[in-house]
Amino acid sequence: MTSFPWLTLIVFFPLIGAVLCFLVKAESSRWVALGFTIGTFLLSLPLWWLFDPSTATMQFVERASWISSPPVNYSLGMDGISFPLVLMTTFLMPFCVTVSWTAIEKRVPLFMSMLLVMETAMVGVFVALDFVLFYVFWEAMLIPMYLLIGVWGGPNRLYAAIKFFLYTLAGSLLLLVAILALYFQGGHTFDILELSRGTYGASLQMWLFLAFFAAFAVKVPMFPFHTWLPDAHVEAPTAGSVILASVLLKMGTYGFLRFTLPMLPDATVTFTKPMIALSIIAIIYGAYMALAQTDIKKLIAYSSVSHMGFVTLGIFVLNIQGIEGAVMQMVNHGITTGGLFLCVGIIYERTHSRQIQDNTGLAGPMPRYAIFLMIFALSSLGLPGTNSFVGEFLVLAGTFLWSQFATAFAALGVILAAAYMLWLMQRVVFGTPAPAHRAHLLDLNARETATLVPLIVLVFVLGIFPNPLLTRMHASVTNLLNGQKAPAFATTPPLPPLPKAAAAMAAISPSSSEQAAAR
Amino acid sequence: MIYALIPFLPLFSFLIVGIGEQWIKDRAHLVAVPAMVGSFVLSLLALHDVATGQTVNVPLYTWLTSGNLDIHIGVSIDRLTAVMLILVTTVSTLVHIYTIGYMHGEPGYARFFAYIALFTFSMLMLVMADNLLQLFVFWEAVGLCSYLLIGHWYDRASACAAATKAFLVNRVGDFGFILGLFLVWYSFGSLDYATVFAQAGTLASKTTNLLGPIGGTWDVSVMTMICLLLFTGAVGKSAQVPLHVWLPDAMEGPTPISALIHAATMVTAGVFMVARLAPLYNLSPTAMTVVALVGALTMMLGATIALTQTDIKRVVAYSTMSQLGYMVMACGLGAYSAGMYHLLTHGAFKALLFLGCGSVIIALHHEQDMRHMGGLKDKLPVTYWTFLVGSLALAGFPLTAGFFSKDDLLVSSWSAGPLGQVLTICGLLTAGLTAFYSFRLVFVTFWGKSRVDPHHASHVHEPSTTMTAPLMVLAVLSVVAGYLGIPAFLEPVFHGEGAAAHHEGSAAYSIMALATLMGLTGIGAAYYLYVLNPGLPDRLAQQWRAAYELSLHKWYIDEAYDRSLVRPTLSAAQGLWKHVDVAIIDGAVNGVARAIAWGGWFIRLTQSGQTQHYALGMTLGAVVILTVYLLL
Repeated sequence: MTSFPWLTLIVFFPLIGAVLCFLVKAESSRWVALGFTIGTFLLSLPLWWLFDPSTATMQFVERASWISSPPVNYSLGMDGISFPLVLMTTFLMPFCVTVSWTAIEKRVPLFMSMLLVMETAMVGVFVALDFVLFYVFWEAMLIPMYLLIGVWGGPNRLYAAIKFFLYTLAGSLLLLVAILALYFQGGHTFDILELSRGTYGASLQMWLFLAFFAAFAVKVPMFPFHTWLPDAHVEAPTAGSVILASVLLKMGTYGFLRFTLPMLPDATVTFTKPMIALSIIAIIYGAYMALAQTDIKKLIAYSSVSHMGFVTLGIFVLNIQGIEGAVMQMVNHGITTGGLFLCVGIIYERTHSRQIQDNTGLAGPMPRYAIFLMIFALSSLGLPGTNSFVGEFLVLAGTFLWSQFATAFAALGVILAAAYMLWLMQRVVFGTPAPAHRAHLLDLNARETATLVPLIVLVFVLGIFPNPLLTRMHASVTNLLNGQKAPAFATTPPLPPLPKAAAAMAAISPSSSEQAAAR
Repeated sequence: MIYALIPFLPLFSFLIVGIGEQWIKDRAHLVAVPAMVGSFVLSLLALHDVATGQTVNVPLYTWLTSGNLDIHIGVSIDRLTAVMLILVTTVSTLVHIYTIGYMHGEPGYARFFAYIALFTFSMLMLVMADNLLQLFVFWEAVGLCSYLLIGHWYDRASACAAATKAFLVNRVGDFGFILGLFLVWYSFGSLDYATVFAQAGTLASKTTNLLGPIGGTWDVSVMTMICLLLFTGAVGKSAQVPLHVWLPDAMEGPTPISALIHAATMVTAGVFMVARLAPLYNLSPTAMTVVALVGALTMMLGATIALTQTDIKRVVAYSTMSQLGYMVMACGLGAYSAGMYHLLTHGAFKALLFLGCGSVIIALHHEQDMRHMGGLKDKLPVTYWTFLVGSLALAGFPLTAGFFSKDDLLVSSWSAGPLGQVLTICGLLTAGLTAFYSFRLVFVTFWGKSRVDPHHASHVHEPSTTMTAPLMVLAVLSVVAGYLGIPAFLEPVFHGEGAAAHHEGSAAYSIMALATLMGLTGIGAAYYLYVLNPGLPDRLAQQWRAAYELSLHKWYIDEAYDRSLVRPTLSAAQGLWKHVDVAIIDGAVNGVARAIAWGGWFIRLTQSGQTQHYALGMTLGAVVILTVYLLL
């Protein structure tokens, strides 16, 4: 089992398709892309059963020497944190192809090939266990994404593409500096696992933390580094928006989990409070921004800022509920926001407008579409029974152990999410259609239905049966928290809850009377 | 195990009708009604089991685990749950049958059945929960069904707005609920009722410093915090002040929904929750007082608004709000079984009143304004007589179910100390108002001359049997429910806690007499004003302009929320976006880019490629260096 190179196959299989796209007729490149994305998904699917949930060690590991000096290895592996993200990525890619089937008319082979290149780079980022390899995949994502926005985007696409490119590149350069610093301080290796086992001085950790932060916070994006996101989303073609929201944003939070927490435990604890503050600001601020939008895509883009705030919040409360909730939320956000963007793309093909006022009263002429959109919207606002509730609930539960007041603020985001999403539904789904567009409002065709139904199914499956996925995370997340050399964290209430060091750190945490007595 | 079918039969019905909507169309009831009847029969069996001393507990599966968080979904039935099961399945079955006639020929016929089946499933799972998270999950799920059903006629702007409003206001309540839930988990390490109740005593004297984070000191009992936060959820769901504003607007939904969701079942979930969590509430006198006061305030506010409304459904809606206030007040005074008793009888007679309204509305082609009704007594005899029974029960007329339960409630309240006695007096006064507005409704709608639109007046007729039969069944229940010994059945659940429900003695008889007197006075006053002197109400409205306007405009609470919350939030969002996000944050990003671009342009000036420019540069440089060198 372990000898079979699953991960290499999954990473590079799409790349074959990317080349093939140019070799066949332009029309057929769609089928090539569809075949290869589905093929990649089918290749990754057995991992669900092959993955051993009982261990936190890397699984499906492959290792080969790439460059001997400096020692760079081609090493891949997967644990309970990267596993759900890889599956989510391979699951979503076929729908990026089908939604672009008729929407993309020019340079189809190049488009399809870029999608496949993206897939290789994205999966590569999640499974790379060597820093140089990781960085190669990380940077490799930028170019196809830049092209997706810049070539097939909306009217303001060049501005958006350049902004996206430069903004994330600026962050990435500091990541490179951090990687080099780790190399020289951490025993001249780029091996991620080995570097995670090392210990680093306090001030080095601080600097590295800031460098990592620059790279990851832009990607997430965390407040106040989020302004590239609405522009990129609005201008990107639908498939680009889906990839951007569902997968690219997760790179940032994955980076925090894979590098910042294990390698820089002391700095992580030091920066906990500002990180949580930024997360909560993102949750509330993003929701407020969403309330003010009239462009559906922009609204969803800002809602992503809010939802990703929950992810970073969960990560930095540093307990098991928080981090498992964060990983769940990463997957859920991928599915739900991906679904919402697919829906927007579908309606844009009909009305050629993303404005709310041009897309009203869809329930009448497009009942099936309306139901699907409503389900994604309800999932987005965290309704129990849908996937998002599980993630948000766990994140908030974890936050509650850290600070009850922080939880109250974060939970305000849930009210606001209901406000902007239901208000959007009230205007888009309910009511009567805008007369000018009425004739174009045909309900979903078979291709579009097939694009949305699997996501809908997953919304409910993950909402009603989240435990199979959660059990695959337990070992890795527990290990991640145990690896924290800093004070142990409250993984088990009841009462005497926060251990002293953590409590002292969390001055905004309320103190029960007995804790006060203990001091 | 068979009892797992009680909720799952409606769920299957939902899945079949919902997924096969396009195919099943107007045959939806063939699936939905039998499923509901099955669920009802099983509930009766469950009731029998519970009455003979068994408790049912069927764990279904583990929903989620994370650290010490371990949540199971399952169904468990005790006496409290059993009576709720009977209420929910009875009303739901009758509403299903009524819907066949009411929604006949509507394009959303199958969709409607799908949603009410989903609602019934959720409501049953809610009452059968054995842990707080399952309660919360289905609490939100019934809210979703309510949202979807209020917005059933999605092309009506007012219906959509009402749906959004209902969901949002409930979200505000649920915000408190979920924080309360976290606090329970944090304090007890579990969310299971059994575990939490067993440990509840250990937390009784614990306090937490609420102002700790900002350096102050304000020690509050943890148990009070828990109870009040959870109660926030109940305030939303059971339409208590100040989160009551969604309920009257919810009347935009089709009338069977108003009967099922917004009268008999979902809105009583808040009362049910407080009763279910009685072991926690009993430990916090402060929280109990708040609960009682909120209930009493709602009770009076609802009644005063109901006096002047002209929309037939809104009168009944405000009446529901007021009656829910009674139940919440009773729970707050520790009279849980009295509160639950009233909840059950109210479920019967209020569902009856709503379905009666539905008959009138259908007969008049969707006319809901009482001012365009009148004289319907002879044209709609079944509706009239059953409506009359319902109104008598609501007014607490002797020997109806409403009489027994309201009496039980008021007597229990009286024995709950000084606060209880004050609130009992409020309850008695409200009983008078209740009788008045119920019979105002009866007299204006059914008596007197017809003010019906002449176009429809000639063919006003009684609706089909599928609609009148449920009315008759409910009318019988509105009387019979008073003789079934419900309080005694429920007593063991709240055994030895709070005020006992039975208090023979002079006080009890005086209250009974007073309540009856208040009811009769109210009916008499309505008769005097609306039958004997039909011009008088308008004159009174003129004379008491301010009071009348206040009641008519629902105390201007909606307007106040709009001005103080809704609009400021929206304009803050706009302002933040334009002036902070675009101008400052993105401005800074673009500013950096522009600065770099300008920098590049500026430096490029030096690279003009012309020799004389370089020569000039060299000369100037030499001059500067020389100057600096000479001067320093």
